[in-house]
Amino acid sequence: MESRTVSVRKGLFSVELRQGGSAEPLLFLHGSGGVREGRYLDMLAEHFTVYAPSHPGFGESDGLDHIDDIIDLALFYHDLMDELELESAHLLGHSLGGMLAAEMAALCSHRVRKLVLANPVGLWRDDEPVVDFFALTPPEYLRHVLHDVDSAAAKQAFGAPESQEEVMEAMYQRLQSFSAAGKFLWPIPDKGLKRRIHRIKAPTLIVWGESDRLVPASYAQDFQSKIAGSQVTILSECAHMPMIEKPDEFVSLVTGFLSA
Amino acid sequence: MKLHFFHLMPYRFLPDDFTEKHRSVWVDVDSELFDPVKGHELYNENLDELEYASELGFDGICVNEHHQNAYGLMPSPNLMAAALARRTEKSALVVLGNSLALYNPPTRVAEEFAMLDCLSGGRLVAGFPVGTSMDTNFCYGQTPATLREKYQEAHDLVMQAWTRPEVFSFNGKYTQLRYVNVWPRPIQQPHPPIWIPGGGSVETWEWVVRNNYMYCYLSYFGHQRGLNVMKGYWDEVERQGKERNPFRAGFLQFIAVSESDEQAEKDYAEHAEYFYNRCLRVYPGFADAPGYRTMKTVRAGLRAQFERQTSQAAAGALTWKNFVDQGYILAGSPESVAQQLEEAARALNVGHMMVLLQFGSMPPELVRKNTELFAKEVMPRVRPVFDEYQDDWWINPLPEASRMAPGAISLPASAPAGGGA
Repeated sequence: MESRTVSVRKGLFSVELRQGGSAEPLLFLHGSGGVREGRYLDMLAEHFTVYAPSHPGFGESDGLDHIDDIIDLALFYHDLMDELELESAHLLGHSLGGMLAAEMAALCSHRVRKLVLANPVGLWRDDEPVVDFFALTPPEYLRHVLHDVDSAAAKQAFGAPESQEEVMEAMYQRLQSFSAAGKFLWPIPDKGLKRRIHRIKAPTLIVWGESDRLVPASYAQDFQSKIAGSQVTILSECAHMPMIEKPDEFVSLVTGFLSA
Repeated sequence: MKLHFFHLMPYRFLPDDFTEKHRSVWVDVDSELFDPVKGHELYNENLDELEYASELGFDGICVNEHHQNAYGLMPSPNLMAAALARRTEKSALVVLGNSLALYNPPTRVAEEFAMLDCLSGGRLVAGFPVGTSMDTNFCYGQTPATLREKYQEAHDLVMQAWTRPEVFSFNGKYTQLRYVNVWPRPIQQPHPPIWIPGGGSVETWEWVVRNNYMYCYLSYFGHQRGLNVMKGYWDEVERQGKERNPFRAGFLQFIAVSESDEQAEKDYAEHAEYFYNRCLRVYPGFADAPGYRTMKTVRAGLRAQFERQTSQAAAGALTWKNFVDQGYILAGSPESVAQQLEEAARALNVGHMMVLLQFGSMPPELVRKNTELFAKEVMPRVRPVFDEYQDDWWINPLPEASRMAPGAISLPASAPAGGGA
């Protein structure tokens, strides 16, 4: 994967973009923590041209002041697709990115070839509320998003940094990412997707980690019932981070669905 | 200097096992712990204490706003200030304040503050805090990343509502009003003094000084820890080329006066421990929502935050010795407290000292003792400090002769006595 900066709307936004591979375009939309490190992006790039941007306000991307809500963000991504000269693409959205991908597919269905939603947020049930992850301390957060906090994959992706400088940088990155995410999810991640989700026309796969304690896997049924023809796959021994916790299964599932 | 009596109105009856059984005094504190009958007693006691302070000659009496909080029973400080306006005559009513972003529309604040100013004959000090993260983000659902922008916009609306005589339209991002025309208007013209309680953010200092407002630092951790924050503020005052006038600053300080240092510990230690160990038990997840502080302020304070988290993890329950040694509480005989207070005021360069003489579980008799000793023995000693400066951040009430007091209620001779149930 290579990194570069893309200017959108004549410099109003400067976007940090990772890109790799060839063949069909696949836009990966990250969750509230920013683009998580892991081998899944390289693995996907063996099958697709993967575009993995940081949303405005995350990582090195700026311009969040010009975006007020999730609809603004979805339309911003159509501007980014214009800039990348992508008439259409597959969308793979994780968590907040899943909510975003669903909104994009509902707003402009002709630009979305196929849609994969991995542990998306965006719907709400009073009987099983999505956990307020903004109020979790970092150790509690890990216990909610990982099936096994002691697994090698978890430790590699989320392990405690060594030096004080790295710890402080990690604190800063977390605050920056969650601050930006709050613009779309605070205080309850239910921002009207339920009124628009029926417009999704793209073939859709919903992937969920069975032991997700942040957004319970029962929400998979809510998404499925609202997106015509969609299919669900539940991954066992996996929580909120399937691309980190189960990279091989996740990538082969996504690749199989998008290539079929 | 001016001395103000500050009240938090804490709930005094949290159980002894509170810290073991409950994770937070704030936001999700167990509603079962609140007894409304005790609430009845507390509100009346606490108002008595504020009124007594006014009688004893404190320059101001202070109330503030907290939500879903067991150490601050004032979701609406304006209700308390309204009650105080009727039974006090001279003290300023210092409302510290209304968290502007929480009022919809924010002209509500312009209206209620104008009501208070009219009711009190021009004795209102108008405080505009952003509000803590617990109050604003978690209890009142405000998005952290946009809270400050919303606050700024609400501030602009309130100030225009007070100062523009014509009916006008306000087309904001967070509030749109076709007809802004506040009735009533404040007695103090162009508006009551504006005090901004802050927590030490760089942007707030810049803005407060530029607008010539008064800045107050309402910390619970005393004058020693407050030095850095106040230094940052005074550096900004100098950077903008303004006078280092102590009256453009306020500070909150816990005070415990008794016959001697030993007696102070006997009188107040358990109530201080109640405050610092029970009342300040806030679940860490609620302490600072991501985005509540600007990233610039976060970057500036990152090392301090890292060190604080490390030291908090190591610290156990705090005791009286900690409070006194570290200056959280100025305690001792009147002479000793007066000397400590003058030194602190001079070091901080603060002309508006807000003293907390009721803290934690302190019962009315003890509050009365502390308040009396302070007013009679300490206040006269420290009042002349900073006399050489002019206070341009103070109230401008009606002349005393023109101020109304509550009228006597005289029933017609034929009316039945009492009434109601």
